[in-house]
Amino acid sequence: MNLIEVNSVSFAYTEGVPVLKDVTFSLNEGSVAIIGQNGSGKTTLVKLLKALLKPNTGDIFIKGVNTKETTAAKLAKTVGLVFQNPNDQIFKNKVLDEVMFGPLNIGQSVEEARENAIRALETVSLADKKEENPYDLSLSERKLVSIASILSMNTDIVIFDEPTIAQDWWGKTKIKNIVRDLVDCGKLIITITHDMDFVGECFQRVIVLSRGELLLDGPTREVFSKEDVLRTAYLEPPYVTQLCRAIGYEGVFLSAEEFVKYYESSLPNS
Amino acid sequence: MKAVVVENLKYRYPSTERLALDSVNFEVEQGEFIGIIGKNLAGKSTLCEALVGLVPHFYKGAYGGRVVVDGVEVLSSTVSELARHIGIVFQNPFTQITADKLTVYEEVAFGLENFGFDRSEMVDRIDYVLKLLGLYEYKDRNPFELSGGQMQRLAIASIIAMRPSIIVLDEPTSQLDPLGSEEVFRAVQSLSKEGITIIMVEQKMEKIAQYADKIMLMHEGRVIDFGAPEKVFSRPDLETYGVEPPVFTSVAKRLGINDNGTGLYPVTLEQMRRLMISEPHRS
Repeated sequence: MNLIEVNSVSFAYTEGVPVLKDVTFSLNEGSVAIIGQNGSGKTTLVKLLKALLKPNTGDIFIKGVNTKETTAAKLAKTVGLVFQNPNDQIFKNKVLDEVMFGPLNIGQSVEEARENAIRALETVSLADKKEENPYDLSLSERKLVSIASILSMNTDIVIFDEPTIAQDWWGKTKIKNIVRDLVDCGKLIITITHDMDFVGECFQRVIVLSRGELLLDGPTREVFSKEDVLRTAYLEPPYVTQLCRAIGYEGVFLSAEEFVKYYESSLPNS
Repeated sequence: MKAVVVENLKYRYPSTERLALDSVNFEVEQGEFIGIIGKNLAGKSTLCEALVGLVPHFYKGAYGGRVVVDGVEVLSSTVSELARHIGIVFQNPFTQITADKLTVYEEVAFGLENFGFDRSEMVDRIDYVLKLLGLYEYKDRNPFELSGGQMQRLAIASIIAMRPSIIVLDEPTSQLDPLGSEEVFRAVQSLSKEGITIIMVEQKMEKIAQYADKIMLMHEGRVIDFGAPEKVFSRPDLETYGVEPPVFTSVAKRLGINDNGTGLYPVTLEQMRRLMISEPHRS
């Protein structure tokens, strides 16, 4: 049984204006990036995966449960969703209370919830801010609070909607490490992002949506090799991939690290 | 006349102890495209607010020094007077969109109506900016039915329509897809070429290095460096300020690929390509 199965799903907010059209894929553990131009249906898709929305046609199964027959609350132990805008998610007036809210809601004891919340805050390097009001923090810190709120529930599936927005280098590095650690723990990580370098560095599989349809689905290197198809979806490969193409390299490089190693090893005296 | 003059600007938000801006000095020529970089809490957004007068007219606190934009003293002016000279696009479009207008078209018209432009002038400007930012097909849609990226482009369009002499943009492309970001950078660059001064805070280093004439590096409320992108991004201590250079510069530094004449590292794909296909380039 797949962790997630999406079978021929279509969805429209307004009749006659489809947002997703006949989308099919399945997911298990690992890291998957969902990319596509603004308005391509990415955020709608993850709301469907979280059962915040229900498909008009087709079905979505989360660990075998049809989302039409369950609720977002019942799925909370399995699927965690970090919203794009932390202000849509945060409502408590203390960071620790905010991060404990999820674990308490899925039935953890106060002690257990507190322990998980503090561990999650340590993961995002905000343990020293646990007594502060989230709205006294910067936007990037609030985003990390919203991530901690989901990590504290220890769900099998974690979905991030644009996690690197408003993050500086430190914040991005932190989020990259969180994604890698979660994958190492055997979880399924799904991320919506416009940051192609982040995708190249951290994600094993890429799904490309274009005008509500699934355009590409495959290993990251294979998807980023199809530059012409990506352009039709208003996307471009990571900068290092573009560099390699510009200097005539045949291969698809996904990170600066990978390219530097290859370049140095290809020098005559190496 | 300089577009922007900032002299010894110091500012502290109410009920805080740390200076958000500390002894900031710089000048910007008319039509220049300035990119501001730095890690979170470096003072970038506060500086933007100080340029448009939100600091100190809306956000109170301790203020010292002098800011002059388009020849107007910020301290002795008002935010609404300053809006005729300098416009700002915020990071989050929800902060900017009025929530009072039912269509994208009306939203762009709002600022122009407030300034009392003729109807024909308004129509020309609205059509121009909606096409410039790829929003014309959505002109009859409710702004809150747009995607996040489309909403951000609407916020930018609303400011560009008013044609201020100076436009400040605070991470305007953070929610846009790659080619959507490219469109915004190109649109902003074309405004700069028309003589409009651009001051843009950005975290996308590859893009800001490609488009800006100068880069301002900020850290803890201070200006650490202000100059050509190649100069600022070639700093050996850049990472101590929490800033990662463009990936091209990062790769070039690790491979020792730089300009033999200046010793500076490439910051754009084209500069890197030229250096890599020419010899000798390794230091």
